[in-house]
Amino acid sequence: MTEMTAKYRNSFLKEVEERVEEGHWVKMCMQCGVCAGSCPLGPHWAHPPQEIFMMIRAGKREEVLTSDSMWMCTSCYNCVVRCPRKLPITHIMHGLANLAHRLGVAPKNQPTRQFAKMFWDNLGKTGRVNELRLSLSLYFKDGFGQGIKNAMAMKDVGLGLVKAKRLNPMEIVAPHSIKDKSGFQAMLKKAREIEDRRKRLS
Amino acid sequence: MAKKEYSFYPGCSSQAKASGANYLVSTQSMCNKLGITLNEIPDWNCCSASIGYGEGGELPRLALSARNLALSEEHNKGQDVVATCAACWLATRETKERLDGSAQLLAEANEALKEAGLQYQGQAEARHMVEVLIEDIGYEDLQKGVVNPLEGIKFAGYVGCQTNRPFGIDGESFENPLYLDRLVESMGGEAIARYEQKVTCCGGALAFSEPEKSQKQIKDIVESAYDHGADMIVTPCPLCQANVEIYQGEVNKRYGTKFNIPVTYYSQLITVAYGGSAKEAGLNGHVIPPSKLEAAAK
Repeated sequence: MTEMTAKYRNSFLKEVEERVEEGHWVKMCMQCGVCAGSCPLGPHWAHPPQEIFMMIRAGKREEVLTSDSMWMCTSCYNCVVRCPRKLPITHIMHGLANLAHRLGVAPKNQPTRQFAKMFWDNLGKTGRVNELRLSLSLYFKDGFGQGIKNAMAMKDVGLGLVKAKRLNPMEIVAPHSIKDKSGFQAMLKKAREIEDRRKRLS
Repeated sequence: MAKKEYSFYPGCSSQAKASGANYLVSTQSMCNKLGITLNEIPDWNCCSASIGYGEGGELPRLALSARNLALSEEHNKGQDVVATCAACWLATRETKERLDGSAQLLAEANEALKEAGLQYQGQAEARHMVEVLIEDIGYEDLQKGVVNPLEGIKFAGYVGCQTNRPFGIDGESFENPLYLDRLVESMGGEAIARYEQKVTCCGGALAFSEPEKSQKQIKDIVESAYDHGADMIVTPCPLCQANVEIYQGEVNKRYGTKFNIPVTYYSQLITVAYGGSAKEAGLNGHVIPPSKLEAAAK
C-alpha cells in the first residue's frame, strides 16, 4: 500500500480487517445495494449491509458495533450469491455481530443475540444441542412469570411435537450427549484462546 | 445398483427423538431400499448451525466441524461425509474449504483438536444426501426402482436456503434450482414448476428469536403452495420442515389465515415410492399429517 492510500484507511476499517471474520473483504463493496434488496429481513435493518460497509469505511465504529442490524441476518446467503463482487456478506455480518458481542457493546436485549449465546452455551454442555432446554431457556429468559406466559402461548406447538415424537420431555433429565465431553470442551477452550489471542480479545 | 457406503453425520435435529426424527427414520428406510450403507460418525458433535456465531468465534466454530471430519477420517476412512441437514452440510463443507485454503487456520484448528486427541487431514469430502442421490445414483436409476409411483399428488418443492446457497447443488441455479422437482417427478409425483417461493428463507433461527419478523416468510412460503394447488410441501432441510410445518398455527393467529398443509421430506417420498410403509417413511412424525402420502403408502 502506498503512503497516499494508507492515510485513507482509518483505524476502524483496519480493526475490522484484523478482528472480524472475512473482514478483509469490506473494502471491496461497491455500494450497489443488491444485498439490501435481497435480504428477507431487509425492511427491519436500520443499516443494510452496504450501509454498514460504508459506515466502517467512514470510521463510524460506535454506530456500527452498537447497531442491531447484523443480528437481523437469517443466514440465508441470498446476499452472498447475488453480490456482484462475491463478498461473503453473511460471514462478515456474523463476524461483526460476534465482535460487538465479545466487546460487550452489542444491544443488550437483542433477542437473536441472546438466543445465539444460549445456543452456544447449550451445545457446549453435552456436545449436542438440547432442543427442549434451548426452547425453555428462550421462553424463560425474561423471568419465571414471563416464561410461563411464553410457554403457555406456545403450548400447542410443543404438544404437537411431543405427540409426533419430535420433542422428548426426557431431554431435561437425560439429554443427547457425546461421550468425550472433556476432550470436546478442552478443544473449544483452546480454539477460543487461540482466536482471542489473535484478535486481541480478552 | 452397486453397494455404496458413506460416513453419516445425522446432526442434532435429525437424531432419534429430536425435531427431525422422522427425517432420520425415512433416510434410513430410503438408504436400505437404495442399497446405501450409512456408517454414523462415532461421537459426532453439533456444528453450531447458523446461530453459533454470536458467542462462538470463527475458530471455535471451525473446530466443531473439524472434530467431526477428523473422527470420520479416523473411523470411516476413505468415505465421504454425508449430512442430511442443510446447516450441518454447510458448516462441514465451509470448514473443509477454510481449513484446506488457509495454512494458518489449519494449524490453529489442529492445535485445538489436539486437546481432543484428534487431527484433521482434509481427506474426506463433505456432501449432502441430495448429492448422493443425484450424482452417485442419478434420476434415471432412481426412477427405475419405483414400485409405487406417487401419481396424482402435487408437491410444492421448497428447497429453502442452505442446500441451495452459498454452495448449492452442482449445476443448479441459485434462483431456480430444479433438482427437487426432478426428484419428485422421478418418484411419479407432480412437481409444481411455478412455485415461486422455492428458495425463500423460512427465517432460520430467527423463527425462534424474532417470530414477529420471520413469520411473514413462512406465510409467503405456504400461501404460494396453496395458490398453486399443492397437496403438500416437500423439502430437503430439517429446519425448513420444522419452521414451515409447526408454526402454521401461529401464522394463522397472526394473519387470520387457515393454513394446514403438510410439509414432508424427499426421503419420505422416495421411501413410499419404493414400496415402504407409512411407518418406514416416518409419516407418523408430523404435526400436520400428510394424508395423501399416507394413503399412497403400502
